[in-house]
Amino acid sequence: MKVRDKNILRGIHINDGKETTFNRSIVRASPPSEVVIPLLQHHGKPGQPLVKKGERVRKGQKLSESKSPGAVPVHASISGTVTAVEPRLTIRGKREMAVVIKSEKRATFSPLPPLTRYRHLPENKVLRAILQEAGIVGLGGAAFPTHLKLSPRNKQHVDAVILNGCECEPYLTGDDRLMQEAPEKVVAGMEIIMKILKVNQGYIAVEDNKPNAIASLKKFTYGKENLKIIPLKTRYPQGAEKILVKILLGREVPGGGLPADVGVIIHNVETAWAINNAVYKGIPLIEKIVTVTGNNVPKPANFLAPIGISFQALLEQCGGLLDYKGKIIAGGPMMGRTQCSLEVPVTKETKAILALPEKEAALKEPGPCIRCGRCVEHCPMGLLPVFLAELSRIQKCQDLERLKLSYCMECGSCAYVCPAKRPLVQWIRLGKNRR
Amino acid sequence: MSLFITSSPPHLRSRITTTCIMYHVLIALLPAVAAAIYFFGTSSLLLVVICVLAALTTELFWQVFRQKKITVHDGSAMLTGILLALSLPPDLPVELAALGSVIAIAVGKQAFGGLGHNPFNPALVGRAFLLISFPVEMTNWPLWKGPSQSPLNGATSATPLDLAEENIITEYSALFWGNVSGSLGETCAPALLLGGFYLCCRGFIHWRIPVGILGSAGLLIYLDGSDPLFHLLSGGLLLGAFFMATDLITSPLTCRGHWIFGIGIGVLIWLIRLHGGYPEGVTFAILLMNMTVPLLDYYLIPQPLGGVSSRGSNKKNC
Repeated sequence: MKVRDKNILRGIHINDGKETTFNRSIVRASPPSEVVIPLLQHHGKPGQPLVKKGERVRKGQKLSESKSPGAVPVHASISGTVTAVEPRLTIRGKREMAVVIKSEKRATFSPLPPLTRYRHLPENKVLRAILQEAGIVGLGGAAFPTHLKLSPRNKQHVDAVILNGCECEPYLTGDDRLMQEAPEKVVAGMEIIMKILKVNQGYIAVEDNKPNAIASLKKFTYGKENLKIIPLKTRYPQGAEKILVKILLGREVPGGGLPADVGVIIHNVETAWAINNAVYKGIPLIEKIVTVTGNNVPKPANFLAPIGISFQALLEQCGGLLDYKGKIIAGGPMMGRTQCSLEVPVTKETKAILALPEKEAALKEPGPCIRCGRCVEHCPMGLLPVFLAELSRIQKCQDLERLKLSYCMECGSCAYVCPAKRPLVQWIRLGKNRR
Repeated sequence: MSLFITSSPPHLRSRITTTCIMYHVLIALLPAVAAAIYFFGTSSLLLVVICVLAALTTELFWQVFRQKKITVHDGSAMLTGILLALSLPPDLPVELAALGSVIAIAVGKQAFGGLGHNPFNPALVGRAFLLISFPVEMTNWPLWKGPSQSPLNGATSATPLDLAEENIITEYSALFWGNVSGSLGETCAPALLLGGFYLCCRGFIHWRIPVGILGSAGLLIYLDGSDPLFHLLSGGLLLGAFFMATDLITSPLTCRGHWIFGIGIGVLIWLIRLHGGYPEGVTFAILLMNMTVPLLDYYLIPQPLGGVSSRGSNKKNC
């Protein structure tokens, strides 16, 4: 199999803002007095709550359950008493059912159920069951349940696993730090993934703006023939699955398909880390690496934060906000969601909290399109964003499919480069919702 | 209590703005303007200033009159004015230049809805208007002040293309450096190439368009038995290829569109120059190809990543 170590022609290069946090090691966030754990933290349907108000729960205890095979449970990230099971504001901007836990001093831990439970199953099914039980989802941001991703359909012959350590979003440094500080856990997680899929060839893709991460991974995988570390030239949106498959292996994922359709499974490095924790230590997914950064934060940091901690609590550990204005973004600046409140909890999708000061966050007045073609030139999917956005805006939906609207992954490259500052992604989303 | 700004991503925007692009094109035109002043004297500076002022005033009046947002400072009207001035003969009466500029902005641009909506290059609309309405003034070339070759009749000279019709060949060095009569900005090849390369390298214009024009026009003229180098260096071909045809608003959006657009202009230039009535054909070639742009954009949709039809196919390159 041929491995490509080349740059994608399209996409954009951004001054990435990672310099503030890339050399700050991951610190454990001080335990919060209260956590809010939404029942839906994955791509799919939420489960039913297993606890009631007033019940005492232990750290690691399962809080929800679902009959659906695709759903994953959520777990208590601290020990304490359930004070409410009610809708709470989440990073999605909606009120969604959540379990609120008030911390108590005496922490007790409840690990994952013992393996004896799975005695009758073959090894890879056991591992998949553990991952589901541990509530593991893709930690790259999409939160797709990991056990589903690791169950390719029969006709899909998977022959390569890619571990995605590109972290191409500006400002984010959690993956970078993780690869530097715990390469052994990342690699161990990767080996579990390869074992489940019975795949011999694994690649770890890292952008070349993370030389330390590349060095530590190389050191750790020295002598392992089946694991290749592939440095890639820094470019946004290189970490997008379809782009990465194309760059690394030269395979094109057909429109509407998944990388598994061309025999590749991609996981984020943090997912591998979480898989390692679940399988070797019995820890469900209750902690998350969160980068808190931006020019509105006095002391930016990389945290190992319990899921359910509020943005407010995490920001306070960075010295609060310099100014309670501007933008608070859950995730990176290119695809993250702006938040209207600091009450929202950190969930499995939250890779970062980015606080931009008012000056940087000011909305730009869009001008007329001058048809410069920059959006076309930079669209990593090879689409015509200018027409997609315009037709969406005027709601002329019948032409949108001809222009392959559904191929757009909303990476934001087009709106980033637009000299007229037109909100192209916003209009494209509008078009997607109208259809 | 929420004072936070909420908006759709992305939350980062590049520093390049529309105004920035316009000013970069203006910077790229500075060598051509300087060459015009050097070769045709300060009267050419007056022509440039008049055209720019007329363009800015027209835009301002239009926007005030129609109660639109005032965007005179975005550089686009100034660019139209300078481009028009550079395509005019040096001795053109200033009132005609001003009229051309007014037409360029009012009819060529604002009548269609302003910046970004005009189907034709406004400067060329102004020039075509003057060329058709005032053919005598527009082809009245002054004697070049330097060592000129055989002026035809006393007061006026002729452009190298006019001379070629009468089988008088101009030297290459004179053609290249601009020691010939012609429109203000079209004679000095080094100045135009400098500006054009600057824009191509910085990515402010699509390089495929000038390459397509120069390549196809040169090749066809060569195959037709004429001297391609002479034709590429004479008339408004370089000015048109680098600054007029590449106007972002009136050129296609896709790679294949750029090639077809550029090659189409080259073919039309060859037809008009060698087989048509005009010695010069760049203006009309570009205006004609401007008309095809909506069609090119509609049909030439690039193949997106993953657009391959069969599932699981392993296509290597797009």
